[in-house]
Amino acid sequence: MKIFKLFLIIFFIFPINSLKADNEILKNKITKNLRCLICQGQSVYDSDSEFANSLKIVVDSKIDEGLSEKQIYSYFQSKYGEWILYDPLFNRNTYFLWLLPLLIFFVGGAIIFNKFIKKP
Amino acid sequence: MKNKLLPFSIVLIFITIFIIFYKGLQDTNLYTPEVKTNYEVPSVSVELFDSGKIVNTLEIFNTDKFYLLNIWSSWCVPCRQEHLILMDLIKNDNLKIIGINYKDTKKNAKKFLEELGNPYDKIIFDNDGTNAIEWGAYGVPESFLINKNKIIKKYIGPFSKESMEEIKLFIK
Repeated sequence: MKIFKLFLIIFFIFPINSLKADNEILKNKITKNLRCLICQGQSVYDSDSEFANSLKIVVDSKIDEGLSEKQIYSYFQSKYGEWILYDPLFNRNTYFLWLLPLLIFFVGGAIIFNKFIKKP
Repeated sequence: MKNKLLPFSIVLIFITIFIIFYKGLQDTNLYTPEVKTNYEVPSVSVELFDSGKIVNTLEIFNTDKFYLLNIWSSWCVPCRQEHLILMDLIKNDNLKIIGINYKDTKKNAKKFLEELGNPYDKIIFDNDGTNAIEWGAYGVPESFLINKNKIIKKYIGPFSKESMEEIKLFIK
């Protein structure tokens, strides 16, 4: 009977703990991608300012409400603008930013191909 | 032709980079969030400071009057100086001032109001600062001028004489 009780306890507690741990991982991931507006240059995760602490509470409650990572980002973006996100979104203003490395890679690759591979 | 193209492109790239960095030097490195205007008041449940009652924000800003939502705290030094301006603004019949008491204790906030006067029609108690986030605020003091459930102007930092005059013009 004792073993059965123990088994029951483990059975019920373990999934709750792992669920909480998953939420914690997601919360850390999100707060690392949010910029603290008070101590600029630090993420919300790293900052201990009043603003960052409140933001952490909001992230927690949004995760509990069942919002996805993307939905949480768009919530903060609607409040503070895109600058609050460390990862710039892929849109009209950031096409150049995202595509420039690819462009350089291909142009550089073409130059190398022309100079060293194609010639001999 | 090929020989000329390479140095020309390198020089062009350096000039472009130089211009981008030079322009960047002139920009401020302190970012202020976009100040949007003419957007709806966020609909959230809030706790009232005096009664502890939970109400929706839309119930607070439900008349045709102008509302000034002011985020304040007893520990905020600029709020003290701003408070005198609020006491002056409240003389206008067409304006109601709503406060958000930000990360404060009720005891300290009451003491602050007893000392400097209470210009607030209602005060929202924001113990953990999460309500201020709903408004897109990130510090104290910050204020929002509201009319017909729409935010028409946002003021970051304490009021100046100019902003006070501007509010007076708005509510005229």
